This record gives sequence, structure tokens and C-alpha cells, in this order.
Amino acid sequence: MPAELTTPQGTDPTRIHNIGYRSYDGPRLGRSYARRSLFSQSLRGAYGLGRSAKSKVLPMILFAVMCLVAAIIVAVAVAGPGMTDLPVKYTRYAIVMQAVIGLYLASQAPQSVSRDLRFKTVPLYFSRPIERVDYVLAKYAAMASALFVLTATPLVILYAGALLAEFDFADQTKAFAQGLVSVALLSVLFAGVGLVMAALTPRRGFGVAAVIAVLTISYGAVSTVQVIAWEQGSTGAVEWLGLFSPLTLIDGVQTAFLGATSAFPGGEGPSAGSGVVYLLAVLALIVGSYAVLMRRYRKVGL
Amino acid sequence: MFRATTFENVTVIATESLSKRFPRVTALDRLSLDIGPGVTGLVGANGAGKSTLIKILLGLSPATEGTAAVLGLDVATSGGAIREQVGYMPEHDALPPDVSATEFVVHMARMSGLPPTAARERTADTLRHVGLYEERYRPIGGYSTGMKQRVKLAQALVHDPKLVLLDEPTNGLDPVGRDEMLGLIRRVFTDFGISVLVTSHLLGELERTCDHVVVIDGGKLLRSSSTSDFTQTTATLAVEVTDSDTHPDGTRAVREALTAAGAKLHARVEDGLPGAGHILLVEATGEETYDLVRDTVADLGIGLVRMEQRRHHIAEVFRTADADAEAAAAGEAAAEAAREPAAVQPVQHAVQHAVQQKGGGRDAG
Repeated sequence: MPAELTTPQGTDPTRIHNIGYRSYDGPRLGRSYARRSLFSQSLRGAYGLGRSAKSKVLPMILFAVMCLVAAIIVAVAVAGPGMTDLPVKYTRYAIVMQAVIGLYLASQAPQSVSRDLRFKTVPLYFSRPIERVDYVLAKYAAMASALFVLTATPLVILYAGALLAEFDFADQTKAFAQGLVSVALLSVLFAGVGLVMAALTPRRGFGVAAVIAVLTISYGAVSTVQVIAWEQGSTGAVEWLGLFSPLTLIDGVQTAFLGATSAFPGGEGPSAGSGVVYLLAVLALIVGSYAVLMRRYRKVGL
Repeated sequence: MFRATTFENVTVIATESLSKRFPRVTALDRLSLDIGPGVTGLVGANGAGKSTLIKILLGLSPATEGTAAVLGLDVATSGGAIREQVGYMPEHDALPPDVSATEFVVHMARMSGLPPTAARERTADTLRHVGLYEERYRPIGGYSTGMKQRVKLAQALVHDPKLVLLDEPTNGLDPVGRDEMLGLIRRVFTDFGISVLVTSHLLGELERTCDHVVVIDGGKLLRSSSTSDFTQTTATLAVEVTDSDTHPDGTRAVREALTAAGAKLHARVEDGLPGAGHILLVEATGEETYDLVRDTVADLGIGLVRMEQRRHHIAEVFRTADADAEAAAAGEAAAEAAREPAAVQPVQHAVQHAVQQKGGGRDAG
């Protein structure tokens, strides 16, 4: 940029060059387009796309781990003689890989919402055509979609492997579909819990810790108490204790409705009757997370 | 290049007895404004209601009573439509440090409804116009305050709004950065044709930049008039002289000599700054005033430290406005002016105002 050509007076190189202003007469696509843009930006951001190379590392590693384990399972299934089914069921995969999912959520939920809060970018969003509800919905949908990509991709790998190994097509397809519904529910629930924790803790480090704490401590506590209850023979208690952590909630719902084998001690998952309570609890948590987020952003408006 | 002509006679911002009351504070009190195209300064001390007004104008905070319209759209019902055509630059930091200015501004352009290709083109243009070149590809975290302010301005301009609301854009800038930012703001209207509402608690800044200045205090309109009304065209000369053995008080000697020669002197002392008592303000009626001062000083045989041209500052008028308000309506007097006992000496009065305008880097209101 040759400053001498464009600056009529002065030799100060920081002078603004007058190259002429062009006004914009093209289309303005409005609120729903802005909401979609925020969704896609947040979804890409959840995998570090459009951000620094450093922020791509963790989500990509976790995504690779999720897929790699599925690939290993497929390899075992295909190579193993006399196998008629995958060694790990579709509905069980997310439960087995819960640490990876938890780590992913803990790292990405804060970056999605805490960043905007901490650096006060939120007012810039709300000075544009979108409303509070658009912001919350876009962020929520993006986080849930990111989790779904993380949890559903390995299921697709498992399914492809199962078809390669020529397992029964109808059985596999049904189980795969049930698995997808299960991880979809898990994604929405976990996204809500993660975003609420992150939105309430603007410091990113605390957000990470809070999400990990909520997921692992609640799961650890619930499964420990369940084991104790089961060893003391109170199977009824095992069934209801599962209501108190996000992962056991999903486990309960998929045991009751999606043909999964429960990871509860002794496989004592809820029946269809108590499964309804599990499902209601999941839905209440999702709606509750949304409500808390809406409340949170009413305060930070501008 | 002057798009302003297309809405020459249109009111950009109009409010009608606009009030905003919080449980404990009245932020705006029956404020009626009529702001046309151009650069308008919104002046007020911290907590005068400037930020509250901006929130209402963006349709983000409902008014307790009264109405407001921006670009002819009602803020209560057309908030989204207003925000599509208005840019906003907040007072506080608002930029994520880990993305580049380009990425951030492109994203903000899309949030304003620009299609992807247009968002990229407009971002490149706008960043160039605010004076960011190669550095726009680096993460914002490494920028200086001045560069960050430019990015904030760029994100407010990127969707080619008809009006931008700039909340304390010179906050935290050094004098050079301040001048550049003010020049840039001036260009936003003269070159880009975008009307500007710029807030500041520094009157002096706005007189160079604005066509029109609105002074609010305690949520009330104190004064609204064009900058040329505030700063009269006649120049004032500030004269400072030394003392000598024959004239132990040189200033007084010159004052008496000038008065005798028929020059008009301003009685008011200068801003209450150190040494203010030694500065004479002489009204310059033309070339002959300069000669008169030079000759008078030379005749008295004392030294001329300086003689500089000085415009009337809005601050002086603000002070007058205070006094007017005090005199005119006892009930509606401005807070500071009203609280001053009548006996307070003018010097102290001036000092307090100078302190009020110079102090305080932030506006929490």
C-alpha cells in the first residue's frame, strides 16, 4: 500500500487512506440467516475450525479417539471367527466412551459460551437483528450437533463394519437406529448441562472444571451408591438412583425403550414403566437448561 | 459520495418525553430530542443516561414512558429492523482475543444479515477504511488499544448502516490515537455518508468532530444546538507575559493597557489550570489585534511568553448553559449548577467543571 500515492498531505504512515467508500445495496438476509450463521460458526468452532491451530488440537484428538475405538471394534468383529454380532452394542458405545465425551463437552462448551461472556462479545450480537432466543437456540443447537457428530460418527463406523462382516442386516439396522436415537438424546441433554455450567462460570478454566465435575462426580456417586444398594439386595433403589446423573438417565431411557442392556449393576435397568420417569426427567433437564440459559442472557444483554 | 442527501430532511433519531426509570434511579427523564443527519455528539457526565439512551435506541431496553424512533422506525416495535440498519460500537472491550480481525468482522457482518461473499468484501473494505492492513490477519489478542478500537468501529460499519452509535470511542486512547479516531469518525459521515451519534464526557473532543451537540445531565436535556452555535467564529487570543522590575504584575499592566487601547478582554479566567491567572483572553477582531498586543507588550518593556489563537470551547458554553438553566428555571436546574451556592467564586466553579470534564476514564452509566 504506497502511502505516498494515497495520502495527499502528511508523511505519517498511520494516516487513513482515502480510497473511497463503497456503499452496500445488496440483500440483507435478516434474523433467521443471522441465527443460522451463528449456528454454523459455533458448530465449526466446536471443532476448532475457523479458530487458531491450537484450539483444533483437543477436539480433533477426541474425535479421532472416538472413531479409532470404533474402528478397532469393527476390526475385531470382522477378523474374529464365528462372530454374529458386534462385541459392543450401538447403545453401549457412548456409555463406554463417556470419559471422552465428557472431556469434549468440558473443553468445548466453555469456549462456545464463556468466551462471548468473558470478552463481552454478547452485546455485539444483541446489537444486531437477532434476539436473545436466537442466540440461545443457535448456541444450544450447535453444541448438541457437535456432540451428535462426536457420538454418531463412531456408530456409523460400527454399522458399516457390521455390514462388512455380513451380520444380520435387519437386526443391525434396527440396533443402529436405536443407537442413533440414544446418542441424539444424549447430545441434547449433555449440551444443555454443559452450556448451563459454562454460561454460569464465565472464567473458562472454571467452566471446564464445572462441566467435568458435574458429569463425572454425579456419575461416580450414582454408580457407587448403586453398587452398594445392589450388594445389599435393594434392586428397587438401583433403579431409581439412576435418575441422579445425566449419563445414567440416558442409560435408563435406552434400557427401557431402545433395547439396550443397562450398565447398572446386575443389568437392573428401569422397566418401561419407570422408564417414563427417566424420559420425563431427561426432557425436564433439557427444558430447564434452556430456561436457565435464557435467564442468564437476559442479564448480560447490553 | 454523499448519501446523506437522500435523507436530508429526515430525522435520524427522534425521542418524545422519553423516560427510563429503574427501581432506584431515573436514568432518563422526559427526554425529547430531534437529531438530523450528520455527526451528533451526546455529552454528559458519567451516569448522565447516555448508555441507557443507546440501549433504548437499539430497541434492547423498553422505555418506561415516551416514544423513540430511529430512522423513522419505532424502537418499541421494530427493534430488529432498526438493528439491521444501525451499527453499535460499545464502550467496553468486546473482542475475542484468539481470532483475527478479518474473521471476527466477517462473522459480525453475517450476523447483520450480509451474505457470505458480501460479508468478506465488505470486511476487507471496512478494515482498510479504518486503517487496519496486514495486521488484520493476526489474532486480535496482540493488538494495541488503538487497533482494537478500530476493529470495534469496523464491526459497527461493516454492514453499511445508515447510522452508527459510538459509545465513548476515544476511551483509553493516547492523544494521537484520540485525534485519529476523531478524524475517522468525522470521515464516517463526510466520506461514507453514515450518520453518527457519538457519546463522550469530554466536550472538547466533540467540538472538532460534531455538527451538533446534545448535552444531557441527570437524564434531562440540558442543551441541544449546532456546534457552530457553541463555538463562535470569532477567535480568542491567549496572551501570557512576563513580569519586569517596572511592572511587578505584568499581566495586570497589559490588561490595563489593552483596555485603555480599546481591546475587548474576556473577564473569565482560563479553566482553573495552574498559572491561569497569568493568561489574558483577548478577543481578536482582526490583524490589528495581534499588532496591538505586540505593540502594547513592547511598549511596556516586558516579555511576551506566548500569544496563541484559541477558539471558544464548548466547555465555556456548557458552563453558561448551566448558569442559564439555573437562572431560568429553579426547578429544572442542572444538578451541579443547582447545588452550587450562589456565593461560590467563579474560579472554584470553573475548577470544578474542569475537573469534572477531565476526570474519570469510564462511564458506568
